[in-house]
Amino acid sequence: MTGPRAIGVETLHMTMRFGAFTALDDCSIRIAPGSFHALLGENGAGKSTLVKCMMGFYHATAGEMLVDRREARITDPKAAHALGLGMVYQHFTLVPSLTAAENLVISREDAPQIIDWRSERAALQDFMDRMPFQVPLDQPVRALAAGEKQKLEILKQLYLGRRFLILDEPTSVLTPDEADEVLGHVRQLCRDGEISVLMITHKFREVTAFADEVSVLRRGKLVGGGKVCDLDHTDMAALMMGGTQLARPAPRSGTVGAPVLDLHNVTARDRTGLKDIRIDALTVHAGEIVGIAGISGNGQMELMEILTGQRPRQTGKIMVKGTPYAARRNEALRHNVRFLPEETLQNACAPRMSVAENMAFRSFDTNGARPRFWLSGRDIRARAADLVRQFKVKTTSLDSPIAALSGGNIQRSVLARELSGQVDLLIISNPCFGLDFSAVADIRSRIMDARNAGTAVLIMSEDLDEIMELTDRVLVMSEGRITYDTPTSSADIGTLGHFMGGHAG
Amino acid sequence: MRASSPPLAATPVQPVTSLAVVARRAEAVVLPLGALLVGFAVFSLFLLVQGKSPTEFFALVYRGGFGTGFSWQNTLSRTAPLLLAALCVALPARLGLVVIGGEGAIVLGGVGAGFAGVVLSGAPAAVALPLMLGFAMAIGALWIGAVGALRHFRGVNETIASLLMAYIAIALMNHLVEGPLRDPASLNKPSTAPLDDALRVGNLPGWDVHWGLAFGVICCVLAWVLIDKTTWGFAARIAGGNVRAAQVQGLPVGKLILGFTALGGAFAGMAGFFEVAAVHGSANASLAGGYGYTGILIAFLARHNPLAIIPVAILLAGFEASSGLVQRRMDLPDATVLVLQGFVFMAILISETLYGRFKIFAPERWGTP
Repeated sequence: MTGPRAIGVETLHMTMRFGAFTALDDCSIRIAPGSFHALLGENGAGKSTLVKCMMGFYHATAGEMLVDRREARITDPKAAHALGLGMVYQHFTLVPSLTAAENLVISREDAPQIIDWRSERAALQDFMDRMPFQVPLDQPVRALAAGEKQKLEILKQLYLGRRFLILDEPTSVLTPDEADEVLGHVRQLCRDGEISVLMITHKFREVTAFADEVSVLRRGKLVGGGKVCDLDHTDMAALMMGGTQLARPAPRSGTVGAPVLDLHNVTARDRTGLKDIRIDALTVHAGEIVGIAGISGNGQMELMEILTGQRPRQTGKIMVKGTPYAARRNEALRHNVRFLPEETLQNACAPRMSVAENMAFRSFDTNGARPRFWLSGRDIRARAADLVRQFKVKTTSLDSPIAALSGGNIQRSVLARELSGQVDLLIISNPCFGLDFSAVADIRSRIMDARNAGTAVLIMSEDLDEIMELTDRVLVMSEGRITYDTPTSSADIGTLGHFMGGHAG
Repeated sequence: MRASSPPLAATPVQPVTSLAVVARRAEAVVLPLGALLVGFAVFSLFLLVQGKSPTEFFALVYRGGFGTGFSWQNTLSRTAPLLLAALCVALPARLGLVVIGGEGAIVLGGVGAGFAGVVLSGAPAAVALPLMLGFAMAIGALWIGAVGALRHFRGVNETIASLLMAYIAIALMNHLVEGPLRDPASLNKPSTAPLDDALRVGNLPGWDVHWGLAFGVICCVLAWVLIDKTTWGFAARIAGGNVRAAQVQGLPVGKLILGFTALGGAFAGMAGFFEVAAVHGSANASLAGGYGYTGILIAFLARHNPLAIIPVAILLAGFEASSGLVQRRMDLPDATVLVLQGFVFMAILISETLYGRFKIFAPERWGTP
């Protein structure tokens, strides 16, 4: 049996407008049959919009699409599937409690009402034998490692007969080793002429190592691209960012001071309630940024929750400036402890309350040092007006619901609330999730300013580049434990990746 | 070190009633009103199917509820427990909790008031009435506070817990008034012993409506002040808006949940006290008259705003007051008004999904096509 052959896909003058906003502007990209094409661009550049138009999730305002050199009208994802187009998402779409075999069979559009497992198993084994890489078929998917799951996602697309794959940041939940393995297999499939691939990414390294061609989007426009061998990282970065000058973080200054945050033998249950989070020792000093690297789901979220008091700990001590800390409001106020959780709208805002009210969360109940009983609407508004100006938050009104603001402006509002005044300890989780370059640069330079002013900063991030750029010391968290600790200046990405994958220690 | 909050700037502050505020208030009025009208419209179809005239129905409701001095009296007497029952829903709702078992706190508060009245028989009213009221409110606070505690400490769904506890409360009341607390003289309707005349709550001076109405209105105003004008209320609104954000801010979410559920329960207990001391004169099965359930509808129609509860409660009380007239004139069963309430409630729940959908109420989107 010969496998389905790779097909080429081409977009012609694809344009997508949302109201007055043009997300995608006259974008023409050609992906040759059997090629591995990378789509680069910063957040909000239009990458997702482009692939959603190709897959039929959106209907492009203008423009056409050619599949296998024939004009194709893709009205919905089903039509895309029928033409052999498939997509692998950033997050897994497998059913965790089912086995790989079950996941594959139920994903078929013609899955029978009553499944004859004997013949399906034989067919699956036959299919697996033809594939260049394998995944255990009989284990529940939840028992598979992230890399295996991503391989299974790709196998699923091949099993479904897709001949053109869109991969949306497929390596964001993988260790560098796993990423290399998965992408190596994908490239091999392209070479064999089984599939063509369009991969969304923001990692230059993956583009150089695996892709044949690259297209770069900026603000919805195709700004360049070509053969990967003709471009180096500087060229790609220049294309992605255009002429924008980014705020560079101020250089590091000041000296490391006394310990501000101390954790000793802290244990707690993780989200599933099955495993333990165990932090034997963690210290953050004044005037330093400590980063915790790790793949998402290895206990970073739980650690954040322990520190904010959302998750009860079973044993251990948390000390701030030498005194026990239980994350109560008055303690946070006394010691100037601030938190910046990830996805601020979901974790740090009340979406339907106004911008002014959201900015008052930290200060509404005090008047200087005295507690307040009566709420002062006037003080809340005056303070919010002041913060909006200082932090350049764009909002039509202080009374608009904060959910009406853009992601960057929501993040700025929360930064304004948490970074104003004296800050002695700042605990941050993934501060730059889903923000564009300029917002990211702005936020990073504010974090650096805080450090230089003597704030102790603990930052948890899934973005290794962010950790390498910002931190003074980097720790690796894996399976709920801190497994590695090194000064950032002498940290080696390979070693970090190794510890992130839990292979050492 | 700098002060922990930056100095307030001397920049001009936007006027307090900005466009966004006006638009959001308009949304909070127009959508419930629209839902009310949709509910009425569907109910009118229901009447037409039965060959009855909707216009006659609404005219009779007007006559029976608001048309004469007597009908106003009838309406306002029913308003008192509805105001308090609605507060028992609205206060926890501001924290994001849907408590629908206020009926239980009303019933047990009433039994508590009846029992205290028997114990305090012969005591001067100035001493006995506050004690009876306090006892009824304490029982209500414990009953609904327990729902909050189950929610906070054990993660038990507060909606289900409060509903089931309302059934337990009604069963408990039946047990008490038919058993240990039964007045042997109450033959065909088991009741606690009748209250002394001195321990009966009278009417508002110059009105034919008992004092419960004044207490209910005052409680609504106090609840509004608590929610809108104090830092506790603001903290509760943060927790109701996003409990994770409240936790990260170190707000005492647990205490707020216990406090607000207990306060709501205390108001429901107060309703029970007035039902016993002002209306029935003793505690008996009439306490489970469904005020707690109508209160849910009122609170939702009022968007859990304690001030809005006052007019909405009067409207719904008018419907209930007119049910007798409707029954006699149109030959419709007593339950017809409940059918109407059901339609309105469905419309209200559907309208909850429409907030933020209409551009006219969101000035920040006016510029975009």
